[in-house]
Amino acid sequence: MASEAVYTHRDPMLKKRDDFEDILEERRNSSDLRYALRCYIPVLYKELTPCKASELKSMVLQSDQLRYVINQVCKETGMAADEVQAEAAAILEEMAHRLQLSTIRFFAFTLSKVFKTLFRSICVNEEGIQRLQQAIHEHPVVLLPSHRSYMDFLLMSYILYTYDLALPVIAAGMDFMAMKFVGEMLRMSGAFFIRRSFGGDKLYWAVFSEYVKTMLKNGFAPVEFFLEGTRSRTCKSLTPKLGLLNIVMDPFLKGEVFDVSLVPVSISYERILEEALYARELLGVPKPKESTSGLFKARKVLSEDYGSIHVYFGQPVSVRSLAQNRVDRCQFNLIPRHIPRKPGEDIHSFVNDSAYRLVRAQEENMVLKPWVLLASLLLQNHHQMQVAEQKQEMALDELTEQAVWLRDLSRQYGAFLHWPDHVSPSEAVSSSLSLHRGLVRISEGRVQLAFEQAGGQTRPGEPCSTVTPEEELLNQAVIILSCASYRNQALHIFLRPALLASAIHTASSSNKQEVYNSFSFLRNMFSNEFILCPGATVQDFEEACYLLVKTGALQINQQEFVVTERGHRTLGFLTRMLDPFLQGYQVVCRFLCEDATEGLTEKQFVPAVRKFIIRHILTGRLRYTEVLSSDLQKNSLAALLRLGAVQKLKGGEEQGTLKVNKVMVNSLEDTLGGKLPTQKAVVARL
Amino acid sequence: CGRQPGSIVGVSNHIWQIKRQEIMKWNGWGYSDSRFFFNKKGQAEFTGRRYRLSGLIIPGLKDWFESTFGASLQHKTPATVSPILNSSAVQPPTLNEAFVEELKSTGIPLSHDAEDRVFRAHGHCLHEIFALREGKFGRVPDMVVWPNCHNDVVKIVELACKHNVCLIPYGGGTSVSSALECPPEETRSIVSLDTSQMNRILWIDEKNLTAHVEAGIVGQDLERLLNESGYCTGHEPDSMEFSSLGGWVATRASGMKKNVYGNIEDLVVHVKMVTPQGVIEKSCQGPRMSTGPDVHHFIMGSEGTLGVVTEVTMKIRPMPEYQKYGSVVFPNFEQGVACLREVARQRCAPASIRLMDNEQFKFGHALKPQVSSIFTSFLDGLKKFYITKFKGFDPNRLCVATLLFEGDREKVLQHEKQVYDIAAKFGGLAAGEDNGQRGYMLTFVIAYLRDLGMDYYVIGESFETSVPWDRVLDICRNVKARIIRECKDKGVQFSPLSTCRVTQTYDAGACVYFYFAFNYRGLSDPVHVYEQVEHAAREEILANGGSLSHHHGVGKLRKEWMRDTISKVGMGMLKSVKDYVDPNNIFGNRNLL
Repeated sequence: MASEAVYTHRDPMLKKRDDFEDILEERRNSSDLRYALRCYIPVLYKELTPCKASELKSMVLQSDQLRYVINQVCKETGMAADEVQAEAAAILEEMAHRLQLSTIRFFAFTLSKVFKTLFRSICVNEEGIQRLQQAIHEHPVVLLPSHRSYMDFLLMSYILYTYDLALPVIAAGMDFMAMKFVGEMLRMSGAFFIRRSFGGDKLYWAVFSEYVKTMLKNGFAPVEFFLEGTRSRTCKSLTPKLGLLNIVMDPFLKGEVFDVSLVPVSISYERILEEALYARELLGVPKPKESTSGLFKARKVLSEDYGSIHVYFGQPVSVRSLAQNRVDRCQFNLIPRHIPRKPGEDIHSFVNDSAYRLVRAQEENMVLKPWVLLASLLLQNHHQMQVAEQKQEMALDELTEQAVWLRDLSRQYGAFLHWPDHVSPSEAVSSSLSLHRGLVRISEGRVQLAFEQAGGQTRPGEPCSTVTPEEELLNQAVIILSCASYRNQALHIFLRPALLASAIHTASSSNKQEVYNSFSFLRNMFSNEFILCPGATVQDFEEACYLLVKTGALQINQQEFVVTERGHRTLGFLTRMLDPFLQGYQVVCRFLCEDATEGLTEKQFVPAVRKFIIRHILTGRLRYTEVLSSDLQKNSLAALLRLGAVQKLKGGEEQGTLKVNKVMVNSLEDTLGGKLPTQKAVVARL
Repeated sequence: CGRQPGSIVGVSNHIWQIKRQEIMKWNGWGYSDSRFFFNKKGQAEFTGRRYRLSGLIIPGLKDWFESTFGASLQHKTPATVSPILNSSAVQPPTLNEAFVEELKSTGIPLSHDAEDRVFRAHGHCLHEIFALREGKFGRVPDMVVWPNCHNDVVKIVELACKHNVCLIPYGGGTSVSSALECPPEETRSIVSLDTSQMNRILWIDEKNLTAHVEAGIVGQDLERLLNESGYCTGHEPDSMEFSSLGGWVATRASGMKKNVYGNIEDLVVHVKMVTPQGVIEKSCQGPRMSTGPDVHHFIMGSEGTLGVVTEVTMKIRPMPEYQKYGSVVFPNFEQGVACLREVARQRCAPASIRLMDNEQFKFGHALKPQVSSIFTSFLDGLKKFYITKFKGFDPNRLCVATLLFEGDREKVLQHEKQVYDIAAKFGGLAAGEDNGQRGYMLTFVIAYLRDLGMDYYVIGESFETSVPWDRVLDICRNVKARIIRECKDKGVQFSPLSTCRVTQTYDAGACVYFYFAFNYRGLSDPVHVYEQVEHAAREEILANGGSLSHHHGVGKLRKEWMRDTISKVGMGMLKSVKDYVDPNNIFGNRNLL
C-alpha cells in the first residue's frame, strides 16, 4: 500500500550542483599546438604498477581465468590447446587498445580546432574534475558517460587530457573499427573494440571480461563505457545494459580490489550533431554504415552553430557502499574465483538496480537549455491545434509566457536548467529559437514547426506533385521527431508527476488507492520506455505526490486527490506530455490485435506496425506523428513481451515468431485508454 | 645463538604462585617489573631484566610513535587506578554456602578475595584491559579454587553439579576472545577453576617420545622442564610465557614452530577431561585411530564449555641440535607472499617463516635498541644504502620475512640455502640473522607496548585469520583498507596504524595477523569505536574468504558469526554435544555457541 510507505523526500530544489567552466575559452586565447604538446603528468592510481599495453595482453592471456576457459573449450571442441590459445590471442589482438599519448596529442590539436568551430563553449564542472582526480588516486575508476553522440568519447578524452587526468580506455562497438584509418586512430587514443553480439562464445567473453578486469584491477587507466550500450537516438536515457557493469563490479565482489568508483558523467548538447540523422533512422531510413568517407561528408556540419556542451562529472559512487547489506560476498568463498560462474539472482538484481541508479544520476545532472522547454510547448501546441483543426502555430509572446511558466515549474521539480537570467525572457526565447532554425520558423511574430524545409526533400528537377502524402508525412515526422528528441531531454524531470497526472486522468475515481493502482499500471507499462528504477513504485508515487502537492497543483484530502484551480494547467501539461506514448502503446496493441498476420516475426514487426500507423495517421485516426518512432514501437513490444501478452517463439522454423495473446493485449489497450479500470487482478498479474 | 625459545633470558624458577598478581600486572600485560616508559629525555626504555630488550633504550620509538599515531608525550592517559586494586569497587561475592562448606571439607584451596577474583575475571581483549585501567569491574567470579590434581577437579565438578554452581576454567588468562568474561546474566555463584597448581610433568616416555603432563602447566615451564631432560614439545605460541597446556587444548592453539612440530591437534596423543557426565578419555595411546569421529575434537576447541582438561599426553622431540635465525628483504609485499607460497608449495618451510608488511617492518625498525658501537650503526647504514639505493627497493614498499631454522646443523644449512634460493627468485635479499632474531623477540614484547600506547591515548589490538593462498594478498589489502576507512567514518581524528603479517604457511593457505591501533583523542567512547572497527574488519575478513579464527578461538567476541561459519547443522551438532555432556550448563562461560 502506497500510503503506508515511509519515504523521506529530498527536496529537488535543494539539489546542490557545481559551477561550470568553459574550457574552450582558453583554447581561443592560446596556441593549440602548445596545448597539444604541453607537459602532461596525470595523477595515477596509488597502487598502480606501471605496465605497457603489450604487457597487459600477456597478463590477460596468462591469467587463470582465461587458461581455465581455454582448457574448457579444448575439452568441448577437441581442438588443440595452442590452437585455442592462438584464437584467444587473435581475439585480444582485435580487441585491444594501443593507447599512446602522441595520438591523444594529435586529437588534442585537431579537436581544439573542430570544437572551436562547432561549439560556442564546452562547459565542465571543475569540482567534479577534482573529485574524479581524488577517486582515480584512491580506487580503480569506471567512467560512465551518457551517450548522445559519436562525439562523446573523444570529448571525454579531450577533457581528461585538458585537466591532466588519467586517460581512459574506452569500450567501443566493433562498427567503429570498420572505419579503416579512424578505427586505428581511435584505438590509439584508448578505444578497445567489442563485437556487438557474441552470445554463446565462451572464449570471446572470457578474453573480453578478463581484459577489462585486468585493466581495472591494476589501475592501468580508468575504464570508460556507455551504460546505455548505444547512442540514444531519442535523447531519452536508454534502459541500461548490464554486461560491462557486471564485469567491472566483479573484482570488487570477489575481493580483488577494495573498492571501485563509478563516476556517472552527463554530457548535454545544446544541439545534437546527429539530430536529423537520428530522426530518419527512427523512421526507418537505415543507419548509414560507419565509414571514413561518411565521416568526411559530415563536414558540412562544420559550418553550423551547435551551441554549447555541458559536461557534468557526477559524484563518484562506491561499489562497496552500493553492495553493503545487499550482496553476501561470502558466496565466492567456496569455488575458486577464476572459474567463470553465471551471476546469481541476488547479484543480477544488485547490478540491475545499481545500473538504474547510475543512469538516474546521469539524468539528474543533464543540463537543460530553454529550447528543451520550447520544444515541449511547441509540440503540444502543434497537436492541440491539429485537433482543433486550426493553423498549427502560436504567437511568440504566448510561447514566451508559457516558457516562463514552464521554467519555474521545472525548477521546482529540480531541473538543472540553464536559463539565461541576465536577459529578458523574450530574448532568451528568440535566441534559442534561432539556434534551432532548422526546426522552427518565425514569421510575423508567430512560431511554427519548419515543415517545408524538412531536409530539402524535394530534389531540384523533381516536381512537387510527385510527393505522395506518405512522403510528406515522413518529412514532417523528421521535424517532429527532432523536436521530440529535445523534449525528451526534459522527460525525466516531469516523468513521475506526469505518470501521476495521467493516472488521475485515467483512474476510475480520485481515491488515492485507485490512483495508485493506475499509476502502478502505467509505470509498469512504461518501464521499457523510461528510466524507472525496478521496485521503486512506491517511492516514485510518493515523489510525484510530493511534487504536485508542494507546487500547489494537488491536494490530498482524506485519501482523495483534488486538483486545485491552478493545478489544471500543470496537470494538463503533464498529461499531454505523456499522451503520445499512451496513444502509441495503444496503437501498437491495436495493430497486434487487428492487423498482425499469423507468423509475424520480430524482424517484420517494425515495418508492419509502421505501415499500420502511417495508415492511421493519414486517415486521421491517430494524431501523433511521433508514434512513427521505431524506438517507441520496439519499447512497447518489449513491454508486451515482458508482461507476457506477446510471446516470442524460440527454435525451429518459427524462430522469432510473435504469438499474440489477443485477450490480454486488448485488455491492456483498454486499460491504457482508461476504458477499463486498473483491476487489482491485472495489477497483480503484471 | 640463543637456544632459549623467544630469547627469554633468566627464566625464573618459580612455580606459579596462587597469588599470581604478586608478580604480574592485574590491569596490563605480563610481569609487573617489565614495562615500557618514556624517560625524562623522552626516550623509550624497557624495564626489568627478563627480556633481551630489558634495560635498554629504544631511541627510535618516540618518533615512530608520534608520527604514526599523531600522539604526543604531552598527552598522557595513565591508568586511573594503578597499580593497586581497590577492592571496595568490586561487587561482594555471591556464594553458594552449601557448595563452599562441602568444598572446604575437601581441603582444596579457595578464596573469595577481591584481588584474586578480579584477576581471573578477564582475558586481554582491549575492552577488558581498558575497563580495568579505568577501575571498572563488571561481573567477576565469586570464588577461586585451586585444584592440585585430576582428582581434585573431579571433586570440584561433582560438587558444582550437586549444588548447581557455574564453573569457569582458568589457565593462563591470555584469552583474547572475551572467553573469560563472566556472563552478566549468570545468577548462580560463579567459581573460577584455576589450574595453575596442576603443573607437573607426570612422566616422560622416551621410547614413544611422549610426555604426560598436567594441564595447568604454563608453556615456558613445560619447555624448560622438558629441556632439562633433553626434550621439547616445540609448541611455542606467542603467549607461551603465560598460557597453559589446558588452554591450548581448549582453544586449538597454534605454535610458531608448527611447521616442524605441528599445531596442538597434531601434538596431543591423549587427553583427560572432567565433565559433568564424568571423565572422558581414550583407552589407549595409539597414534591414530579409526573409531568414529575423533572425540579429541570435541575437547579441542571446546573453550571451557564442556569440562576441564586435566592431563594431556603430548608428543616430545629431542631438543634441536642447532637453531638459526634469518631474514629476507623483499621489494614489496606481493613478492614476499609469492615467495612464501612457493616455499609452502615445495613443503620446505623452516620451523618458522613470517612475512611482515611495510608498516610492520618500519615498526620493527623503530624498536631497534640503541646500538653500542659506531661500527654497528655504520654497518646498518651501509645495509640500508645497499638495499634502497643499490637494489632500488622503495623504503615505503619493501617488506621483510623472518625465518627460524631448527634441526641438525648440516640440514639446517642446507635447508637455509634452499629457502634463500627460492627467496632470490622473488627478488628477496638475505638481510641477516639479527633482523630475524629481533623480529621474534618483538613477539614477546609487543603486548607490553600496548600498555605504553594506552598511557598516551593509543589503543589497539591484533586479530588473526586463516585464508587460502589465492586470497592472501586480497585479504591483507582489503582488511587494512577497511580498517582505515572505518576509522575515518567513525570519527577517529588521526590515521590509524593498520598493518599485517603472514605468520604461518600451510599447503592450502596461510595464517594472517592484523595489527590495528589508533589515537583516540577527541573520541568520547573510544572502546566502542574500537569495537565497531574490529567488527567491520572481521566482516571484511569473512567476506574475503578468511576464517573466523585461526587459533584465537571464538569465545564470546566472535560468537555471532559461528552459525554462518559452521552452518546450522554444525551448530546443532555442537549444541547436542553440549546438551548431553553438560545439561545444566555447569560450565557456563557461554563461549562458542
